[in-house]
Amino acid sequence: MTQAVSNTGDSPWSLHGVAVTPDINGALFCHDARALIVADLHFEKGSAYAQRGQLLPPYDTGATLKRLSDAIARYQPKTVIALGDSFHDLRADGRMAESDADTLVSLVRSVSDWVWIVGNHDPVPPPRFGGRVLPDIQLGRLTLRHEPTEGPVPGEIAGHLHPCAKVRGKGRSVRARCFATDGTRMVMPAFGAFTGGLNVCDPAFSPIFAARPDAWIIGAQDIYAVKGRRLVPQA
Amino acid sequence: MTKSTALPSRFERWFASKGWQARDHQLEMLAAARAGEDALLIAPTGGGKTLGGFLPSLVDLADMISNSSATRPYALHTLYLSPLKALSVDVARNLTLPADEMELGVRIETRTGDTPASKKKRQRERPPDILLTTPEQLALFVASPNAERYFCDLKRIIIDEIHALAPQKRGDLLSLGLATLNQWAPQACRAGLSATVADEGGLARWLVPQTNSKAARFARIIHGRPGPRPEIEILDSAERIPWAGHSGRHAFGEVYERIKASKMVLVFVNTRAQAEFTFQELWRMNEDGLAIALHHGSLAPEQRRKVEAAMAAGNIKAVVCTSTLDLGIDWGDVDLVIQMGAPKGSARLIQRLGRSNHRLDEPSKALLAPTNRFEHLECQAASEAVAQNKLDGEPLTTGCLDVLAQHVMGRACGEAIAADALYDEIGHAAPYSDMSRMEFDRVFDLAATGGYALASYDRFRRMIKGKDGLWRARDARTAQRHRMNVGTIVESEMVHVRLGGKRMGRRLGQIEAWFIEQLTPGDTFLFAGQVLRFEAMSESDAIVSRTSDDTPKIPSYQGGKFPLSTYLAARVREITHDRSEWPKLPAQVREWLELQGQASRLPQANELLVETFPRAARYYLVCYPFEGRLAHQTLGMLLTRRLERMRMRPMGFVANEYALAVWGLQDLSGVDMNALFDEDMLGDDLDSWLAESPLMKRTFKTCAIIAGLIERRFPGHEKTARQVTFSTDLIYDVLRRHDADHVLLQAARNDAATGLMDVRRLGQALARIKGHIVTEHLTRISPLALPVMLEIGKEAVYGEGHESILADASDALISEAMKQ
Repeated sequence: MTQAVSNTGDSPWSLHGVAVTPDINGALFCHDARALIVADLHFEKGSAYAQRGQLLPPYDTGATLKRLSDAIARYQPKTVIALGDSFHDLRADGRMAESDADTLVSLVRSVSDWVWIVGNHDPVPPPRFGGRVLPDIQLGRLTLRHEPTEGPVPGEIAGHLHPCAKVRGKGRSVRARCFATDGTRMVMPAFGAFTGGLNVCDPAFSPIFAARPDAWIIGAQDIYAVKGRRLVPQA
Repeated sequence: MTKSTALPSRFERWFASKGWQARDHQLEMLAAARAGEDALLIAPTGGGKTLGGFLPSLVDLADMISNSSATRPYALHTLYLSPLKALSVDVARNLTLPADEMELGVRIETRTGDTPASKKKRQRERPPDILLTTPEQLALFVASPNAERYFCDLKRIIIDEIHALAPQKRGDLLSLGLATLNQWAPQACRAGLSATVADEGGLARWLVPQTNSKAARFARIIHGRPGPRPEIEILDSAERIPWAGHSGRHAFGEVYERIKASKMVLVFVNTRAQAEFTFQELWRMNEDGLAIALHHGSLAPEQRRKVEAAMAAGNIKAVVCTSTLDLGIDWGDVDLVIQMGAPKGSARLIQRLGRSNHRLDEPSKALLAPTNRFEHLECQAASEAVAQNKLDGEPLTTGCLDVLAQHVMGRACGEAIAADALYDEIGHAAPYSDMSRMEFDRVFDLAATGGYALASYDRFRRMIKGKDGLWRARDARTAQRHRMNVGTIVESEMVHVRLGGKRMGRRLGQIEAWFIEQLTPGDTFLFAGQVLRFEAMSESDAIVSRTSDDTPKIPSYQGGKFPLSTYLAARVREITHDRSEWPKLPAQVREWLELQGQASRLPQANELLVETFPRAARYYLVCYPFEGRLAHQTLGMLLTRRLERMRMRPMGFVANEYALAVWGLQDLSGVDMNALFDEDMLGDDLDSWLAESPLMKRTFKTCAIIAGLIERRFPGHEKTARQVTFSTDLIYDVLRRHDADHVLLQAARNDAATGLMDVRRLGQALARIKGHIVTEHLTRISPLALPVMLEIGKEAVYGEGHESILADASDALISEAMKQ
């Protein structure tokens, strides 16, 4: 199954009856609303570790911005929604390189509507980057918030959990980021360059999906829809 | 006996009381020490090497102590370093014995990772005369304050098992630590103790501080008396020898008979999985109830100690073991060494043979038991090499950059250092003697700020330059974190195996996390000599239960991790095509080669034979480089990429020690082999493969950990590596894209040359066969191809296969959907 970018909403993927397209970068495009959704950007995660003594490469923010910019160019959305944990911590802004900050400002300006969704423990994005800040937003039949709600919530798209899925075959296993969904609600993969992941079989997902969710797994060249029962836990 | 080799009378009396005589090499070591010369002692095991190393120290100390008062001061006289924790403990026993019997009053102590903190503190305050310790402890000293004072009176440094240490990263770190000691105690004399090796000169140089001039410095080389040539027999099995696989099952009956007929036997195997399997099979046929034990590195330490003690007491008939038993420990009365499978190198075989018969006057007896037909050729080549005393071994390479970064940080944690002085200091370490100042500065920067082109990390630097121009660790906490992460051993993540049930049972040992990850509850596998059932994971323990099952469900890969050495590979190539060598081989092996000569052709020593043939709707290309499995795997990766670009649609490949088989949907007989095997595959093709290769990512991760960029242990998070919330793979990707010249990427590429990817060996092979490719287009599979073809299905590899695994899993979705 390959990417199909069209404005007619003629996509083989759907969520709660709404036509969507998962992007290999980890973004989700909603055709009707012309909205591009990204979750858990975690800007300045690398420098957060550097501050604590582990000198990870300072390129993660730049890499994340590049991929974000590519996705925006590809889908030409009317609205971009950043689904929480956009900045790794409160002081992230202070550590961001000027060039990256400028890039982010232009990116926000390049789109008609930019929405920063913030969760309860989320650092609020600094005003200088523009956009509007909301705790959640409605997109037709879809509700977008940062942390997924317990119990069945049809139409909810959330982030925060950084889902990964693991599949076995040919005597070995593959583990990759994924969109976790049961067809009516979804948890987005983390978009940020250095973000790790949590296996969808982990108990943290149990309050959200009644049974093990399916996974739209992000491979190197394509996105693969795999049924929940074929997924395996992290040992 | 000259004055320089004269023993003090107390020592003479002691030797006499034992009925011994001091050996020539021991007296020569004494002479060298008295002359202030560094010396490298090369001797087979059991040749009195340990005493040869310590004798000069004991003599010197005896003299010093007899001339001093009862309350003489505490000062470190001799530092003894060895790679194995247990070895130090064992040597202490062997050393303490003569010291006590001669009533010398020498203070001897050990210091390892297991030494309690209180004892370590006391050792710092009141140093012993002789300290027995490990390279990691030395690195910790270097990274601690006030260490210079501790070592300033040092007279001697002894490095044991130097042949095992020097070629590894561990040796690089040790060499740098020695360079620091040379700064603090320039008067200290060095002694290296080594098994027999090919590159004696290389070790003699490694041991000794180098200078700024181009002239290399060497230690005096002293040879212990070689024992009589070992008697090596190759098992000519009456059973049918398998074509492929490494189980050795066909030979176990004969192996058992040999055990019965001997006093004590060591059965060496190449992997833990093989050890478990062999142990289980021998017990199956153990009607005589012989005491057969198991020993490998993943067993719980208490279990290993039990076996070792029983061996020393002579209560064991046979031990099935891996290389954990390889290093110099002196084991009682072994009268036969059996090597299952090929020894992979003549030097390795000789070192293992050293295990048998510690009375040096009688020849060691060894039996090689090849596990498949090709291994017969390997064993033949190895036994001939030993008979001719032809040792193999890779030459020592330049020092690793990640190790240097760790050492630089360590120096700054210990005391304030100047960059110029440090550059000068590391130049005294042989592996780093040719390093340019520019490269040193890059590594220095890596340690201080991560070494990024982007200068944004200046405020996070781990090392700070003071007003005095000297560098120190940023703060005490940073220094503490460095010390917690010292060392070069980055193990694959291990999981404890624990018996479960109503009450938590004991731990049986450790097993690799990736192995447990393959299992689902209910799967059975072989470990610690029993078939266990995997029940569940509990934190970092794999909970298992005992079963009465005979056979485990999950097999383990049994081939070794070391490839056939280049020297042996060349010999095997010769044996293969030279009919005059064949009479030495068993009839089954001769017949195989004969058939190959008839059906296709025998590969000549200086050419590459490539065969193509169709089979069951697939087309095969099989080539015979004889360069070892690792280099062949790399070649397979690169060839399939090329074939893909040529639109030949390759589907997979499989490799063994001497051959590589590639298959696809298109007839490969028309391919231009000269173009396919061109050396230029080591350029862009290699680069782009390294970008995605999990092996390369693993190599990078190891470098990042050793260099201190990523911590494997930080305070409060000692539990499991899984709690780290970033992935080094992501870091590798980002670094490749944004900072391709980063020094850590350079370090990883250097490792790739000789490590799991064996790129250098592949490069040499491709250069050698250029213009010498010979092709045979066959209509069916050839005899020589049979063993590698039998590997297909056991371990299918294509690219890394990830995409196809995902595709398969999702296709199941489609077919499920279609059924509705």
